[in-house]
Order: sequence, then structure tokens, then C-alpha cells
Amino acid sequence: MTASSARQINLVGGIITLLTLIIAILWAFPIYWGIVSSLKPENEVVRPYIELWPETLTFEHYIFALTETQIGRWYINSIATAVGATILTISTSMLVGYALSQLRFPLRRPLYWLILASFMVPTQTLIINHFVLVANMGLLNTWAGIILPQLINPVVIIVYKQFFDQVPRDFREAAVMDNAGEFRILFKVYMPMNWGVTTALAIVTFIWSWNSFLWPFLAVTKTEMMTITVGITQVSDAFGVYYASQLAAAVLAGLPVALAYLLFQRRVTQAITLSAGIKG
Amino acid sequence: MLRNTRRETLVALVLISPFLAIYGLTFVYPTVAMVNLSFTDAPLIGPGQWVGLDNYTRLAGERRFDTAFWNTAYFVALSVIPGTFVAMVIALGVSRLTGRMQALVLALFFLPYILPVSVVYRLWDWTLNFQFGIAMYVFDIWGIERVPIFKTTTWFMPAVAFVTIWWTCGFSILLFLAGLRAIPAEIYEAASLDNTGRWTMFRRITWPLLWPVTALVTTIQLILQLKIFDQVYLFSTGGRPNDNLVLVYYIFQRAFVNNQGGRAAAIAVVLFLIVVIVSVLNFQLMRLAERRK
Repeated sequence: MTASSARQINLVGGIITLLTLIIAILWAFPIYWGIVSSLKPENEVVRPYIELWPETLTFEHYIFALTETQIGRWYINSIATAVGATILTISTSMLVGYALSQLRFPLRRPLYWLILASFMVPTQTLIINHFVLVANMGLLNTWAGIILPQLINPVVIIVYKQFFDQVPRDFREAAVMDNAGEFRILFKVYMPMNWGVTTALAIVTFIWSWNSFLWPFLAVTKTEMMTITVGITQVSDAFGVYYASQLAAAVLAGLPVALAYLLFQRRVTQAITLSAGIKG
Repeated sequence: MLRNTRRETLVALVLISPFLAIYGLTFVYPTVAMVNLSFTDAPLIGPGQWVGLDNYTRLAGERRFDTAFWNTAYFVALSVIPGTFVAMVIALGVSRLTGRMQALVLALFFLPYILPVSVVYRLWDWTLNFQFGIAMYVFDIWGIERVPIFKTTTWFMPAVAFVTIWWTCGFSILLFLAGLRAIPAEIYEAASLDNTGRWTMFRRITWPLLWPVTALVTTIQLILQLKIFDQVYLFSTGGRPNDNLVLVYYIFQRAFVNNQGGRAAAIAVVLFLIVVIVSVLNFQLMRLAERRK
């Protein structure tokens, strides 16, 4: 390779890198723009030119959202349902994953097929009967009602099964020799090996649940029981057509999941790559 | 090794019973009930008469069903292949970076995927706002005439597809990056010794070796986008919902607005079958590809 052609290739490479950076900044720009707009006074927001930074920085929209609207209440609903859905999903899925991987019992195969089958079923088509079910149980407008249909999460089971599959069988056999009970084996031997996966799956399940829209939107009709994801789009009179206030509410709704991602970036990407490998 | 089968079965039963209870209640029962409901004229809640296939035959030639069906197909066409393509191009760019720089740039692309749909809706509703949206100032500068994007039928689906690609692309980028990392560096080194050009390298090495990931991303996207509802619903508020119907939206409308549980269930069964058929086909194709290897 001659020196000049090498330089030419580096130039092309440099341009590609530069383009990637520019596109990345443009990509995230709407998020930045939403945040900046929420920090401007209402009259500044609608000025007919582009101001990348507020002339007068104000938190009035956040104070308004937190004190004058029901956002505080919606936060509690979102946290309660997302945490509840996460704990229930993780604990039940771990037990099933363990049973499928380590124990031999009748109907093990059919159970596995049932779980695989549930991958294919779009939960969006079940909304009618979920609604009937939850209504008949008297759980509309309750946290339990919001959580219940969210517990169909076969990905978590399969990820656990595959992780338990990787543990060498010697561990189990040694523990059985020691006469340790099955539950002791699960909690003292297998669980500690899977902490990494458990945290990763828990964070992602929390994010999925926090972000779910369709079901919480159907299961709740009372404003005070809404999750924040639904609430900020449904109660427009709380914010009026005040763009900055609407954006402040949106920032508040996205903040917990954005923080969860930024703090646990590697765990989140790990869990998502794992779950995708299975979904295919 | 000696196994105590009875004890093992008992333990297994205890471990899977919470799961069985939940799945029985929220998955098996609703699926059976949905199929049952689709053969009746029941309202959303309450009993109904058996009407056989009536709810299905009525779908044929129904205007709203036609709109919903074709809009869904249109949306899938606008989002799946373009989304996969955009993700692959971005992943190729990101994979050139290293260390902290790569982590930062990846985070910029991935952040939208983490956000709830209602936040995505607010951000883009603001960015594309007819009066004050920053995109419209850009339109003005370039001399393009302003359009109320989410209020016109022509622009609605392409715009929602665009926002959806922006929102979900991070996920596909992640998978492409994992796929790119799995390609051994030696292959590129060997190729560069032969003085192979950048484009040839991509066409002869990257593209074929990345093909399994491309297929995976495309099918995940396809199955996901067939079920679209949230974005279409949100961006339709104050617009023209009846022109923007997609299948899940139509299920919602029939069941929760028109209070026709039976007729809504029939649409749900149709969508259910479409998704299951696509999934099974996809599964078979993957198995075929696996065997060819």
C-alpha cells in the first residue's frame, strides 16, 4: 500500500467518524431540546427563533408540576406497580427457570413448550379479556390490576433457565450428597452465582414496566390511580396548552428510567442483548 | 446417581405453582376466552348470543377494518426495513470508535429506547409543533412550506414511522454491535494485507457475516411493529383517528369505545393469527439457516 492511498483511507475513516459524531448529537437533540424548553419561561418557549439555552433559567414548571398536579401521586403509582411487577416477575421466573433446568419431573416438556408458545402470543390482542378478567376480579383502578397482565414475561424465565444450565452439575450433586434440601441448594448455591443476571434482569423489567402504556391506560379510569406514563398524556387540563409545563411533566416521567439506564448502562445492555438472543 | 424422583417432582411442583397460577389466569384463560368471545355478539362486559362466524365475515369489506389492516401493513413497510438499515449504518459508525468515546456515542443513540412512549410523544409533538416546533424553523430556513404533520393523512404514518425508528433504533444498534464484535479481527487484517478497499471489505466480509444478526433484527422489528398502537394513538389525539387506525387501535375502538366485545375479539383473533404465523415462519427459517451451517 502506498503512503498516499493510506492517507486517503484515513481521511475517509476520519470523515465517517466525524459524521457518526454529528449524527449522534443530532439524534439526542430532541431530548436536549425538550429539557431546555422545560427550563424556559412560557413566553420565551414560543419565541419564533432558536435559542439553545434559556435566557432566564426557571424551575417554575417543575415546581408547578410537583405541587399543583397529581404527578406526585402518579409517581407513587408508577413506582409501586413497577417494583411490584419486577419482584413478582423475577421471583416466579427464577423458580421456574431453576425447575426447568435442574429438576426432572413429569410434564416438564409441555411446560417448556407453553413458555415458548407465550413468546408468540401478542399480549396486545389479549387486552379485551384481560380487561374482563381484571374487572370481574374488582381490580380495575388498583395497583394489583395494573400489575397482573404485566407478569407474562417468558424472556426472563428462559434467561434464567439458560444460566442455570451453565452451572456444572457437580455443584448440585455435591450439595445433594451433603443432604442439603432443594430450596437450600437453590438459595445458597445457585442464587449467589446469578446475582449479576438477577440485577440486570430486574433493572430491565423495571424499565419495561415503568414504560408500559396500553394496559395501564386501559386498567385505570380514575386520575389519581394513573401511572405517570399514562397520566402525563391523559390529563391535559392539568397543564393546559402550556408547552413548557407539558415538557417538564414529560422530563419527570422519563427521569427515573433514564437515570436507571445511565447508572447501570452495562447491566441494561447486557440484559437486553441476552433477551434479544432468545426472542429470535 | 441416585435420584429421589418423588421428592424432586414435589419440589418442582412447589417451584412452578406460582408461575402456573399466574399463567393460567393471565395467559391461557384469556387466550381461550378471546377465541370464545369472537363467536358471540357480547358487549365488552356481559353475556352474549352465539353468532358463529358472523363477526369474521363482517370484517371482509368493512371500511374501518380495511383502513386498519392496510395502515398496519404500510407502517410495517415504513419502519421495519428502513429501521434495520439505519441501525446497521449507525452501528458500523459506532463500531469504529473505542473506549469511552464509544460508550458515550452509544448512549446518545440508545437513550431514546429507554424512554416511555408518552415522553417520546411529548418530545416529538413539541419538536414538530406546527407553530413553535424547532423543525418548522428549519423548514422555514430551507424554504419548505410548514405542515401540521400529525393532522394530515399523507404525513401521519411516515412521521410516526420516523419517530418509531428514532425511538427503537438503539435496541437494533446494540444487536448489530454485538454481531460486529463477533467477527474475528484476523479476517479484516488478512484482507487489508491484500490491499482490499473499504467497500469491498464491507461487501465481502462484514455484510455476509452480519447476515444472521440482520435477519434477527428484521424479524424482531417485524413482529413488534405489527402490534403498534401507543404512538399511533397518542399522535392521533386531536387529529384524525379514523384515518390512522391500525389493528390494535381498531380492537381498542371496537371494545372500549363501541362496547362490542365480540366484534373486537374477532379482530384480535385475526391479528393473533397473523403474528403467530409470522413467528412460526420465522422460527422455521431460522432452523433451516441453522441446518445449512
